[in-house]
Amino acid sequence: MDMSFISYLINGLSLGSVYAIIALGYTMVYGIAKMLNFAHGDVIMIGAYMALIAMTQSGMSPVIAVLIAIVVCTVLGVVIERVAYKPLRNAASSLSVLITAIGVSYLLQNIALLVFGSNAKTFPSVVEWTGITLAGGQLSISGVTVVTIVVCLIIMAALVLFVQKSKPGQAMRAVSEDKGAAQLMGINVNGTIALTFAIGSALAAVAGVLYCSAYPSVTPYTGAMPGIKAFVAAVFGGIGSIPGAFIGGLLLGVIEIFGRAYITSQMADALVFAVLIIVLLVKPTGLLGKKIQEKV
Amino acid sequence: MALLEVKNLGISFGGLRAVNAFDISIEREELYGLIGPNGAGKTTVFNLLTGVYKPDSGKVLLDGKDITGKKTIDISKAGIARTFQNIRLFKQLSVLDNVKAGLHNKHHYSTVEGILRLPKYRKIEREMDEQAMELLKVFDLDGMAHVAAANLPYGQQRRLEIARALATEPKLLLLDEPAAGMNPNETGELMDMIRFVREQFHMTILLIEHDMKLVSGICEKLTVLNFGEVLCQGTTSDVLNDPQVITAYLGE
Amino acid sequence: MWKKMNKNTRSNLITYGIVIAAFIIMQVLISTGSVSSLLEGIMVPICIYVIMAVSLNLVVGILGELSLGHAGFMCVGAFTSAFFSKCMKDVITVAPLRFFLAMLIGIAVAALFGIIIGIPVLRLKGDYLAIVTLAFGEIIKNLVNVLYIGQDSNGFHFSTKDVMGLDMEPGGTVIVNGPQGITGTPQDATFFIGFIMILITLFIVLNLINSRDGRAIMSIRDNRIAAESIGINVTKYKLMAFTISAALAGSAGVLYAHNLSTLTANTNNFGYNQSIMILVFVVLGGIGNIRGSIIAAVVLTLLPELLRGMEDYRMLIYAIVLIAVMLFNWAPKAIEWREKHLSFGKKKKEAVK
Repeated sequence: MDMSFISYLINGLSLGSVYAIIALGYTMVYGIAKMLNFAHGDVIMIGAYMALIAMTQSGMSPVIAVLIAIVVCTVLGVVIERVAYKPLRNAASSLSVLITAIGVSYLLQNIALLVFGSNAKTFPSVVEWTGITLAGGQLSISGVTVVTIVVCLIIMAALVLFVQKSKPGQAMRAVSEDKGAAQLMGINVNGTIALTFAIGSALAAVAGVLYCSAYPSVTPYTGAMPGIKAFVAAVFGGIGSIPGAFIGGLLLGVIEIFGRAYITSQMADALVFAVLIIVLLVKPTGLLGKKIQEKV
Repeated sequence: MALLEVKNLGISFGGLRAVNAFDISIEREELYGLIGPNGAGKTTVFNLLTGVYKPDSGKVLLDGKDITGKKTIDISKAGIARTFQNIRLFKQLSVLDNVKAGLHNKHHYSTVEGILRLPKYRKIEREMDEQAMELLKVFDLDGMAHVAAANLPYGQQRRLEIARALATEPKLLLLDEPAAGMNPNETGELMDMIRFVREQFHMTILLIEHDMKLVSGICEKLTVLNFGEVLCQGTTSDVLNDPQVITAYLGE
Repeated sequence: MWKKMNKNTRSNLITYGIVIAAFIIMQVLISTGSVSSLLEGIMVPICIYVIMAVSLNLVVGILGELSLGHAGFMCVGAFTSAFFSKCMKDVITVAPLRFFLAMLIGIAVAALFGIIIGIPVLRLKGDYLAIVTLAFGEIIKNLVNVLYIGQDSNGFHFSTKDVMGLDMEPGGTVIVNGPQGITGTPQDATFFIGFIMILITLFIVLNLINSRDGRAIMSIRDNRIAAESIGINVTKYKLMAFTISAALAGSAGVLYAHNLSTLTANTNNFGYNQSIMILVFVVLGGIGNIRGSIIAAVVLTLLPELLRGMEDYRMLIYAIVLIAVMLFNWAPKAIEWREKHLSFGKKKKEAVK
């Protein structure tokens, strides 16, 4: 079998794992707050910068750096929700919260631009392990690639367990089904939504660190494209569905890497977006999504 | 022949039979009531008649023409207009423009004539203004013509919705709970107005209502719907005295 | 006569008046030499932004759908017209005629793209529609970057690889050179032409809004289900608004292409950042408020040029203002507060009674 094919496949799964982790954040927030958090991608970028500072300027170990990034992003996510999105939760126009989210995205990018400058900064990999070599040296897989895939699997399993088994997880499902009814049942709706943003943003920090370890640089715009692509992945898998985000992410990563390798690297982004358009036109609910009918 | 003839109409949502074997026959200029407990499928019947949902069984004939499963806009053109349980006005448009939107398919000029303000644009817009103002006068809304619909008080919003529906010059008017949220005084006025609309426009009206005073006061015939099926049908007094209806609907 | 006029007509005349007055003032300042060459240089870009903002407002404010791919249509208009002008540089030597034809072509092709993209996209709603328009905008930008077109005595050659892929005779010229784009477009766009294009844009958009079609479009925005129930063809009118908007964005692209000697498609001019920038103009000017879009586009383009020191903070401030405006205008709590403490909420009702 062709070794380059397997190598592309593994790289695709690794990139897809990052998309899946980001997509989980989108899909959970969309499922519960019914909004597209356009700024989610930029939280990734903030997470990457935080880890970078912790590692290069304070000389902390990668594990501590990742933890710091997670804490900062979690707080950031909750603050964004509280300040910018919560006041608009019952707004007459559904466009208003989306435009606000675009504003938040813009804000995070420009804060980063002021603080860190527009030049790309080299990002040291958080994974020191060099990886594995297979098939007598023909196939080498980097440490980051392996770690990314493993981390994604762990997160995925943990989230499914959390949502199915834990009390707060059940509250999340209840709120996503029917906010009003959940409130009547004594569920703290605001708290549950905040928790969802916290989890999504913590995942974004992890994704940011992994993404920048694989593509070792970070700029204020680093998060934008992976963010949008991860949203594509969430839609692909079926928005609101956790396994959907996982499958959508992996598929999208593989499609992108194969597109880069076998078609043309310049059109890889276009290919990803074409996937989105086709999915929405053929099966708007995605692979695993549920159909919702408008009430008249 | 009856104006509206519905035979064996039905629809299911995910295994649940929301409306089943629904028959109704409404004569010209009749005032007909569709009643039944909450969740009986009354609004679903309206949605089936106006093409919001496609029926999975049955036939709908309007004035002898088969309109079963047609699109909403084609049904509007065929001559059915409606109001909604939760008022659906064009909130940012003026009261006048709400009615003029209702006149949309009655007056034509092209996009180019509109953008270039050719004489035809001026002529037709004037006609639309006059016709819309006439309608607004009927509903005592002419003084509010230039107010945004969202700024009208509740009762006037309900009236405007009826005016807009009439602007499409329908053969059949469907009113979905027109008295919802009104006090007895307002309901009284509404009853007079519905009667007046029937006389003035020679309109056939089918209405959903919970207010039994309104129903018994103005409807000539009733159909009672329960669990998606017709429980009883006939003249208002017969239906309201039917023991089956009294137990199932009006309570023990 | 002024008093007898319809409120809309009066408001529209004020809008035209502002635009004409601003143009005359600038022309006087330019002719007396009291304007820096830098400022003079951004007159055409300002016209471009005004047209973009007004045309986007047709989709966002009047149709009520969020499009994040508006720059894509500008890109289409720019490249098709620049391609035409470059090919015809030596064939049609009368610059105004050539530019006029380029304008028509740019608008027509952008409108065509509006229809092609609009048909699938407008079936979607809200967030999905926004993200798909963004996707289309990015795809257009990507496609332009892999497009190579050359011309020799055998006619046109196309490639999506590189110049060698064009397989031309030795004397052939490369017209579209992938990421390097088109160079040597005649610089036919002027402030005056930009001003005329703004007036035409305004004429089309304002008259459309106050017509039967405009009413249909706005009724869909306010309540799609009710619009359908009175027999308004939702698909047709959505597509109409979207296509006209795309065509006008195309005209802005034509101006853009003929204001620079080199035309490339990158993130800053035709990417979604640009689309969002235009959206900022629309939101800050007031969604659905055409005059507001014009003023916001002009002020927000001029401001950073006038206050050079602010350059670094410009985008940051835009972002904060954008969020603040949205919260102030749309948050239910803010609306409640406004109605209690400010009078302009109530005045509307009384004025007409």
